[in-house]
Amino acid sequence: MTVKAPAASGAARPEGAGGSAGYTPDEMMTIRAARALRDNVTCFVGIGLPSAAANVARATHAPGLVLIYESGTIGAKPGRLPLSIGDGILAETADAVVSVPEIFNYWLQPGRIDVGFLGAAQIDKFGNINTTAIGGDYATPKVRLPGAGGAPEIAASCREVIVVVRQSSRSFVERVDFVTSVGYGSGPGDRQRLGLRGAGPRMIITDLGVLEPDPVTREFTMTGLYPGVSAADARAAAGWDLAVAADPELIAPPSAAELAALRGFRHSTGQ
Amino acid sequence: MAQIVSLAEAIAQTVRDGDTVAMEGFTHLIPFAAGHEVIRQRRRGLTLVRMTPDLIYDQLIGAGCARKLVFSWGGNPGVGSLHRFRDAVEHAWPGPLELEEHSHAGMANRYVAGASGLPFAVLRGYSGTGLMDVAGGEGNGTGRAGRAPSIRPVTCPFTGETLTAVAALNPDVTVIHAQRADRAGNVQLWGITGVQKEAVLAAKRSVVTVEEVVDSLDPRPGAVVLPSWTVSYVAAVPGGAHPSYALGYYERDNDYYVAWDPISRDREAFGRWLDERIFRPGREGGMP
Repeated sequence: MTVKAPAASGAARPEGAGGSAGYTPDEMMTIRAARALRDNVTCFVGIGLPSAAANVARATHAPGLVLIYESGTIGAKPGRLPLSIGDGILAETADAVVSVPEIFNYWLQPGRIDVGFLGAAQIDKFGNINTTAIGGDYATPKVRLPGAGGAPEIAASCREVIVVVRQSSRSFVERVDFVTSVGYGSGPGDRQRLGLRGAGPRMIITDLGVLEPDPVTREFTMTGLYPGVSAADARAAAGWDLAVAADPELIAPPSAAELAALRGFRHSTGQ
Repeated sequence: MAQIVSLAEAIAQTVRDGDTVAMEGFTHLIPFAAGHEVIRQRRRGLTLVRMTPDLIYDQLIGAGCARKLVFSWGGNPGVGSLHRFRDAVEHAWPGPLELEEHSHAGMANRYVAGASGLPFAVLRGYSGTGLMDVAGGEGNGTGRAGRAPSIRPVTCPFTGETLTAVAALNPDVTVIHAQRADRAGNVQLWGITGVQKEAVLAAKRSVVTVEEVVDSLDPRPGAVVLPSWTVSYVAAVPGGAHPSYALGYYERDNDYYVAWDPISRDREAFGRWLDERIFRPGREGGMP
């Protein structure tokens, strides 16, 4: 398969729509992220890419997936992609709607939620997430990002965390400019030392493939690649000396059913 | 007992220069019309408090009403950045904006403490994050815990465990939008109700704009009711949450959120928006 190289990162991506693959890198990423959610688990869903993936999972292999949004909606079953984490369709289809203090204090904090599903602007080799500011110093940053939202406590308290983020040498850095949400801190033992009770990030899913933490060093390693993506492509799209597994998994392309589910959501949402 | 007055009078009676003002509504029931009235009355030096600044605070910040922002997530939901907010932080335009930055869990608990008459709340949060270091607009995010003015480690007196304390929020004024009030000023809201109850109970004064004033409030499952004696002023402002939504009344005007992006990006375009949509005579008290 041929690959094209976007100027932004210099890395190859799987063929886009209109190419021979018949799907875009973002579609592949969202569908791989959806596959990471098992049926009948509870999932605290972050804004953006995670929300799309979680809804595709519920519409395909995981009809019993319980979606929980920080707006206080528990067991939401939207028939289209929500426009925001507080979309009215979430409240109208939820098993329960609770206040914002309650969703964080009673539901997230005690460790009731299986999976936290987060996005990121910048992520480092230990899975720490920055959504606060890039460049300069905190008071006068080069780029001011939206900030923390619910992510720090989702990253701390869910039993495990999955991160969905586009991979480039700018977004994948040796050390994040600001630690908004903690992954493995600066390495093994840091989560326990900080009193974080969830296990931390289990997987980072990008538009090139999948990364998982090394069981000993906790450094993220590329363990799976999409069709048409090479180990060299993945390394070129990382700001640290990215380790790639000796025999990375070749990730299956989207099935017709997965693509139909994702595109059906997109169509009904007008996105 | 709440007085039922016009929006202009409610804001004039409650919001003063230099006040700490919270306008809450988590994506749903955002009190846009009231925010626009604050701009129209040219309040200055405000400390604006809100979990998700959203377009409403982008507009207030761009209009020069704010000295400081206390918040936890400042984006245009589903669209991108809040460019007036970013311009203030990145370029101090139209003036410098001090930040006091939290997570959602921290902000929610700060309101709970304020509503509970406690000086602080306790949570499992912030540990290991840069937020413990920099809230207040200083520091470099290196995680040296304890410098943030409203986040501190605290030791549990029973177990010895280290937890996190966040300082109570007690705004001078809290402004919210609700679906309904009755003629006595009892307020009813439902759907996603966010932190509005806590924010009103934590405040010294409060303003509630409503879609309609009705003879009596019919009971609704899951609704929040704020008795009249907990609210200072009620103003009937149909459409007062537009472009956000009011469950049972109207949906989010997503096109407005998308159209805001180019207006917000450009100082001159924003200035024209202020002149046409806020300051032009005849815009008072109506649909934003």
